Amino acid sequence: MDFFRRKDRLLSGGGTKAIEKQTAMGKLTARDRITALLDSHSFHEYDLFVEHRCRDFDMEGKMLPGDGVITGTGTIIGRPVAVFAQDFTVAGGSLGLMHARKITKIMDHAVKMGMPLIGINDSGGARIQEGVDSLAGYGEIFYRNTLASGIIPQLSVILGPCAGGAVYSPALTDFVFVVENISKMFITGPEVIRTVLGEEISMEDLGGARVHAETTGNAHFLSSNELECFHQIKDLLSFIPWNQSRRSDPYPPRPPKPKYDIEHIIPSESTKPYDVRDVIRAVADNSLFLEVHRHWARNVVVGFMRLNGETVGVVGNQPLVLAGVLDVDSSDKAARFIRFCDAFNIPLVTLVDIPGYLPGVDQEHAGVIRHGAKILYAFSEATVPKITVILRKAYGGGYIAMCSRHLGADFVFAWPTAEIAVMGPEGAANIIFRSEIASSPDPVAMRKLRVAEYGEKFANPYVAAAAGHVDAVISPSDTRKFLIHAIQVSTNKSECRPAKKHGIPPF
Amino acid sequence: MPNDHDQEHAPLAKLTIQGAVYETTLTKKFLKRKPWAPHDPRKIACVIPGNILKLYVKVGMHVTRGQPLLVLEAMKMQNDIVAEMDGNVKTICVTPGSQVKKGQVLLELD
Repeated sequence: MDFFRRKDRLLSGGGTKAIEKQTAMGKLTARDRITALLDSHSFHEYDLFVEHRCRDFDMEGKMLPGDGVITGTGTIIGRPVAVFAQDFTVAGGSLGLMHARKITKIMDHAVKMGMPLIGINDSGGARIQEGVDSLAGYGEIFYRNTLASGIIPQLSVILGPCAGGAVYSPALTDFVFVVENISKMFITGPEVIRTVLGEEISMEDLGGARVHAETTGNAHFLSSNELECFHQIKDLLSFIPWNQSRRSDPYPPRPPKPKYDIEHIIPSESTKPYDVRDVIRAVADNSLFLEVHRHWARNVVVGFMRLNGETVGVVGNQPLVLAGVLDVDSSDKAARFIRFCDAFNIPLVTLVDIPGYLPGVDQEHAGVIRHGAKILYAFSEATVPKITVILRKAYGGGYIAMCSRHLGADFVFAWPTAEIAVMGPEGAANIIFRSEIASSPDPVAMRKLRVAEYGEKFANPYVAAAAGHVDAVISPSDTRKFLIHAIQVSTNKSECRPAKKHGIPPF
Repeated sequence: MPNDHDQEHAPLAKLTIQGAVYETTLTKKFLKRKPWAPHDPRKIACVIPGNILKLYVKVGMHVTRGQPLLVLEAMKMQNDIVAEMDGNVKTICVTPGSQVKKGQVLLELD
């Protein structure tokens, strides 16, 4: 029958040879990717019969199955999703106008139906034969990415090359997934760099998965193969809601694992490191923490956990890396995560142990003022429940920035080990007692004395608690209890802000 | 999960912030940061990678501030690179046709 003949032809994509090539590169085909990602038999395809309209460069009469992209809807763990997957076996997955129109159509559906959009990118770039029509296609996708931002979660999965203008669709989405040795993202490739600049660099070193996960921060999740990547996507979708009008689905509550003993994670000396993720695991349901941006700007940790079955977003300083300072990259990382949580009704828990901002000319000149401001903006702007726990150091501007009461935290708890002060004892004593130390017959002993004195008086949670900036000083073992209760009582939190078109965050 | 190479098990180092010395690990980016150096108007450095098309000056010539020294072709544009101060051309490090990198010193005045 004509129907089956036509369909079979289209379903085979770029044909046996092209598929063999794809497999040889260690990549699944677009269709296999969708099958592996979605619940079994849940995928429903649309626009399989779409054809390109290019009449130049002998394109007339050239059949490109599906115009190089597969689009449709399905479910992941029972939740609806809209998906597109570029098919590299068809004209290198190149983007022509109809290819783009298939994508924009499924994007429009995702927004209207209120379901997450997952884009699997594997494309050589613009379809040169289609000229400016192809550019129009990209622009129409970017426009929709922007309008959909904050309405539905948008996930980009880079499973092949994604170069030139094409990179900006993923860059506009909420989460980008990359796979080692498969994902490549760059604006200008190694070839151009060599001819124009005379610099030799491999594709992997220029824009491989690790580069984007560790150095640029373009990628949020890194995995070593496609199946692991799909697991990460499913994990993430289990934590976040379908759209901005809903909340995340609750899960059955589970206690943390006993191996994370919250009373013995933090060293008493405030200059000694520990892994803040151990604190997170000590309070999280089943000690489960889905870390976002795990490899980039590691001096701040962000990610999702559940408390009594409810999803919360966590932002925590990481004393293990760069002493947990805020700097340009960590400010960007935290601010973006906070805005995602706020847009999608996910309460925020902030764990504070911060010595301040990273000193250095490079930081100042890289714009730590402008970037640091993003954290202030994001926390202040957020109207979801905001709960702050001060674990240890909370000094100066870092104290204010880490979702302090003054930026609108709903609940601020502090451990007895908290030190909430304008700066650490060493710095403060050096300034306040400078002349006394200098004129003392034994400056070293005098400094030590004054440091101890300042520490005794101010390096504690009680000065801030006396002023009401801290609501309760709690023992570490009560943290989970206090957090769960705080989330519970803030379920119906509503905070009205004056109507405006939009704010102007320090981008 | 891909392993983190040496990232998550980097050795502990010391980092001083406001007088306190913290034990912590350092990132690759932090270790690679460039020390700041004041701008030296005598050294004409390349601001964008490209090719040298033409030299207007010779060693020993006196030049005045704003005077074109050479033509750098970059991104299909021909840019006159000018002297930032009055002085004499001390050394010329490039010839017409040289491919130059960002930051590379092209010419020195004194």
